[in-house]
Amino acid sequence: MPIGVDEWVAQHTDRRDAGTGWRRVMYTLEARVSWWPRLLIVFVVGLLFAQLNLNSNIEQVAINSLIYAILALGLNIAVGWAGLLDLGYVAFFGTGAYGYAVLSSGNIHWSAIATIPVVFLGTALFGAVIGLVSLRVSGDYLAIVTLFVGQAFMEVVNNVAPGTLGGVNGLFGLDPINAFGASISTPKGYYYFALIVLAVLMGLLHLLDESRTGRAWRAVREDELAAKAMTIPTSAVKIMAISFGAAVGALAGTIFAAQQSNVFPTNFTANILILIYACLVLGGAGSLGGAVLGGIVVTVGEQMVSSPTDAGYLFYGLILLALVAKVRPWKVLGAVLAATAVGGVALHAIVHAISPSATGGSPGSAGWIGHLVSHWVIVPTNATTYGNILYIALIVAVFAVVRVRESLRPFVLVPTLYIAACCWESRLIVNPSITAQILIGAILIGVMTARPQGLLGTLRVEVV
Amino acid sequence: MHELIQTIVNGLTTGFLYALIALGYTMVYGVLQLLNFAHGDVYMIGAYIGYFVIQWFGGPTALSIPVPLLVAIMFVISALGTGVLGVAIERFAYRPLRNAPRIAPLITALGVSFILENSVLLLFGGFTKSYNTNEFISFNTGIHIGAIDIDSVQITIFIVSILMMYGLIQLVDRTTLGKSMRAVASDREAAEMLGINVDRVISYTFFIGSAMAGVAGVMSGLAFNQISATIGFLAGLKAFTAAVVGGIGSIPGAMIGGLFIGICEAFAASYISSKYTDLIVFGILIAVMLVRPTGIFGRPALQKV
Repeated sequence: MPIGVDEWVAQHTDRRDAGTGWRRVMYTLEARVSWWPRLLIVFVVGLLFAQLNLNSNIEQVAINSLIYAILALGLNIAVGWAGLLDLGYVAFFGTGAYGYAVLSSGNIHWSAIATIPVVFLGTALFGAVIGLVSLRVSGDYLAIVTLFVGQAFMEVVNNVAPGTLGGVNGLFGLDPINAFGASISTPKGYYYFALIVLAVLMGLLHLLDESRTGRAWRAVREDELAAKAMTIPTSAVKIMAISFGAAVGALAGTIFAAQQSNVFPTNFTANILILIYACLVLGGAGSLGGAVLGGIVVTVGEQMVSSPTDAGYLFYGLILLALVAKVRPWKVLGAVLAATAVGGVALHAIVHAISPSATGGSPGSAGWIGHLVSHWVIVPTNATTYGNILYIALIVAVFAVVRVRESLRPFVLVPTLYIAACCWESRLIVNPSITAQILIGAILIGVMTARPQGLLGTLRVEVV
Repeated sequence: MHELIQTIVNGLTTGFLYALIALGYTMVYGVLQLLNFAHGDVYMIGAYIGYFVIQWFGGPTALSIPVPLLVAIMFVISALGTGVLGVAIERFAYRPLRNAPRIAPLITALGVSFILENSVLLLFGGFTKSYNTNEFISFNTGIHIGAIDIDSVQITIFIVSILMMYGLIQLVDRTTLGKSMRAVASDREAAEMLGINVDRVISYTFFIGSAMAGVAGVMSGLAFNQISATIGFLAGLKAFTAAVVGGIGSIPGAMIGGLFIGICEAFAASYISSKYTDLIVFGILIAVMLVRPTGIFGRPALQKV
């Protein structure tokens, strides 16, 4: 209860949000259930998920989701809670992975029971050193310095001590996670391990969030000067935030390295950093559940793009979702969809009548989507150049949709949707890895523009 | 001795490139307080535009127009193309976030950079493309004193860069637009109240900054031949270093910072080891930031309470 607000007035938002009927039940449940049963539910769902008969591909995606979720949790400490823009976070992930790699291969071969704590504490120390930097520089300058730390890490593992760090070729043949003679050898084992780590971490981080330290972080984030005036030791608090985040990142790194049984410098590039940021930002910076959700969504999404069947679901699903969310009223939405569908089929028929080879290619989507769109989108036999032109046209069209007057928007939207579909079927889906990155970039921009607080985050007002 | 001079010449070549890119960073930071991470990719796209201009006029071995004209056309088209791109990026990605929390435009900038880089990968493939400069600009033209070589590409880079920097300083110091830019940089809200069209000034700033990055892209293609979708990131990062070392927001700072980084890099490459060049550059940056967090020419930001 904010001080100085009448109780009944203060509860107004709650009452309004609660609604009636079924929604009210959900809302009260959501408000009443404390954090640990929720965590338990997430954990049990995770356990049950592993009981399904999964193929190795899905298992790998599940493990990666958990690793990214842990990474996003770590990044959340510095960025979401303490408001320190740490662009060198990927270096901590890398330090964890390389630390594990060096200590559990070659002629060292420590047991994981020793390796993981050493790496964890070592990276925390490394993080604390980087945290010292945050005392000298703040805001954007901190972002720059940490970005360079990340790049410097890449340079170090690429060039320094190739005997120990493996240089460009990386390190391989790492021991699996092992203790007292037993070791984790199957992907499912790593899944359970990562799930337990994630659950424990979420619990601890939740407690940390509600502790004095957590409040201090948020105070520093909102106003450092005011926090200092309230006798919060801002320096120590900032160092702690970066150091804790680093340790969590390192933990993810050890699991990553052990599960892959190899590490390469390319695993820790700026692209991975952006991916981790995408997880955090999508889920909502500052929210634990959001970080985990973001990790899962981004990893699964990236995986789906590379499969011709699933990519279709993802692409058309996202478009439909965006349309349903953004286009009002329903009549306009219906008209836009109908016009796109009918117009596309008509255009396809006309082009086919004029020149059969212009529609001679087959859409990139597999399965029923591919079948469905084959008489709708125009895909020529040799689609590369055509697809490239469409891609540029698509960028211009999206630009037009955003810029054009409200009343004209539905009319611009129809060709844009059609161009998007044609471009997707003829070009984008053919290069899944590049497409995935473009989509991640687009998601970052879209989320920041439409919902800066992310899916589960809470909007905060920045005091200037 | 001649090795020393040669190193300085080479360092100046890259230094001018970094300085031109750094100017874009610094100008944008000046008016928007935004770290435009996509700027390095604008430079990369400039290099690609130059490449396609060469192909358009018959390719490096069978040019249909004289070489000086070709180079001039490359600079102009690339500057226009990247300038428009820069304005579009600002309009599309940054303007909606003008009043959002500080982290939002930064992450958007990362997203734009990601999209640009991967779009080029998608459209033109992941292979490096070559300008094949020595096919149409002979190495023998230029100045050769003893063992010191300053080839004509380097001379072009020096002259064009100095002209552009001079032009920029004149623009910022003498024209109305420059005055509005300075007004927006010092206090956006007050500038708006005084009737300055802030949006337009910001668009112009992006245009000029991106155009200079585009020219730098063409220069890098001419000087180093190899261009690929990934050159933007590292060049952008180093130009960034330059802008920061000089004091971000300061125009002379960006120029001197760029030359400084270029020369440091050349010395590191020829006297220490080319393997550690980047590491040394990053080390310098971190050291400068820690000793003087606002750079050499930057003024410490006043914190308003």
